[in-house]
Amino acid sequence: MIAIEAEGLKKKFGDVEALKCVSFKVKRGEIFGFLGPNGAGKTTTVRILTGIIKPDSGKARVNGYDVVEETLKAKESIGVLPEVSNAYPDLTAWQNIMLIASLYGMRKRDAEARASELLKEFGIYERKDAKVRGFSKGMKQRLMLCMALISDPEILFLDEPTSGLDVQSARMIREKILEIANEGRTVFLTSHNMDEVNMLCDRIAVINKGKIVTIDTPERLKSRVGGNVAIEVSFGGKVELNMENAEKVGDKYVIYTADPYKTICEVVDFARKSGAEIVSINTRTPTLEDAFLKLLEVEG
Amino acid sequence: MKCLAIAKKDIMMYYLKGPVVIFGILLPLFLFLAFWVGRDLPLNFLMAGLLSMTVFFASTSVSPVIAPWEGQMRTLERLLVCPVSTSTIIFGDVIASLSFGICMSLIPLLLALCFGFTPNPVIIPAILLAAFCFSCLGLLFSAYPTNLPSTVMMISSLVRFPLIFISGIFIPVQELPAWGKAVSMISPLTYFTDIARDSFGMNSFLPIYLDFIILAGFSIGFLVSAIKLHEHALLRRL
Repeated sequence: MIAIEAEGLKKKFGDVEALKCVSFKVKRGEIFGFLGPNGAGKTTTVRILTGIIKPDSGKARVNGYDVVEETLKAKESIGVLPEVSNAYPDLTAWQNIMLIASLYGMRKRDAEARASELLKEFGIYERKDAKVRGFSKGMKQRLMLCMALISDPEILFLDEPTSGLDVQSARMIREKILEIANEGRTVFLTSHNMDEVNMLCDRIAVINKGKIVTIDTPERLKSRVGGNVAIEVSFGGKVELNMENAEKVGDKYVIYTADPYKTICEVVDFARKSGAEIVSINTRTPTLEDAFLKLLEVEG
Repeated sequence: MKCLAIAKKDIMMYYLKGPVVIFGILLPLFLFLAFWVGRDLPLNFLMAGLLSMTVFFASTSVSPVIAPWEGQMRTLERLLVCPVSTSTIIFGDVIASLSFGICMSLIPLLLALCFGFTPNPVIIPAILLAAFCFSCLGLLFSAYPTNLPSTVMMISSLVRFPLIFISGIFIPVQELPAWGKAVSMISPLTYFTDIARDSFGMNSFLPIYLDFIILAGFSIGFLVSAIKLHEHALLRRL
């Protein structure tokens, strides 16, 4: 069953085409990663799907509701953690969370029970009566996630949920995302953290310049990087390694290959012939970041 | 009621903000003192003027600062992703603003009672309607999509001060020249001041029922315009 569906979404801001026919489907219970460089159209897509802005053309349905025609019903079924958003600094954590509960039309008793449960789960219950102004960034983000979850939504939109957080808060949020997905709920995750996306997502869509470049599982995306293994080799001194698929990254070369043994022999032969000293040589599988950069490179 | 939740949030967040205290409480007080001190004016004339100024300044001091502050604090997107329409947000802001105007109106009313004046009870619905009308007017000031409260306060001052001087607070409309009378008709404050004068035992310029009808007309016009303009402005604040 489909939880989120975008079909031919287009959006222009003045002369700038932010989205050029964006289409994808997210299945129920899936953690769907949405990746792209800055200005690629991620936030515009999320804002359309969460009913904040209207597309110029195209359709989007969330939990079966058209986000333009049935905006409020669509919004009632989702929880959102916007990227650039804050809780009210002069209100307490409890007042903030109860405000959101009221806006979702929750009954006071249910809202209080759910708020207590969430605040305890995220380790900020003891500070519930403190004004948010005095909270650390990690605490604020955990509170924002509590606010997104207060209505017990079927679908959760998380825009950069762990950006700039300490390790402990980031890990807590990641664990919670996995828990939510295990409960059968859908998570639409936007992030720049490739390890996080790789660790959490069932499928990933890559958007660039307002167009979807690809949609696939993390493992399939990684396998597209010209080979199954990446060999990292570092030389002492300046060396020009003229081999197919070799890319200079910092003080080392990265070579993607389907035949690591043959490639390592070639590297060693090269070092012998040119008199270059090999400082280190490692093999690793290509990362999601490699795949992401490769895809953007191909797209220009 | 979702708009009441928004109003409650506005009351907790914005009632004690600097511009609200300065423009909603201190300014009408100082304007009144400047008008009163050293002049031999009848007390009922002064009380009606003070009441008009207080309701006007207090009701137009909260609603203009909410949207720019929400944009500046980056709380707006959090609010917009909730299942509430722009109209609900606007209504919530209006309720918070008119509540401030109504509360502040108690000060001149109590002062009048202390001086031995008992205004006609018609002043109560007039205060409610005027506070609503002026709150909606205040929202129009913040329809310009800036996230700087100071810019919005400057725009609102540019409108509010001329209105004070053309609305018969300092000089009754009856005593204005023909062009002055014509200009005063474009101000909603004129009609509330007219009702206030009547309720404090002076002659009104227009029949009271007509003042109510015109104030109601202004209220509807301001509210509809505010909703339309804010539907566009809110998104430009993100």
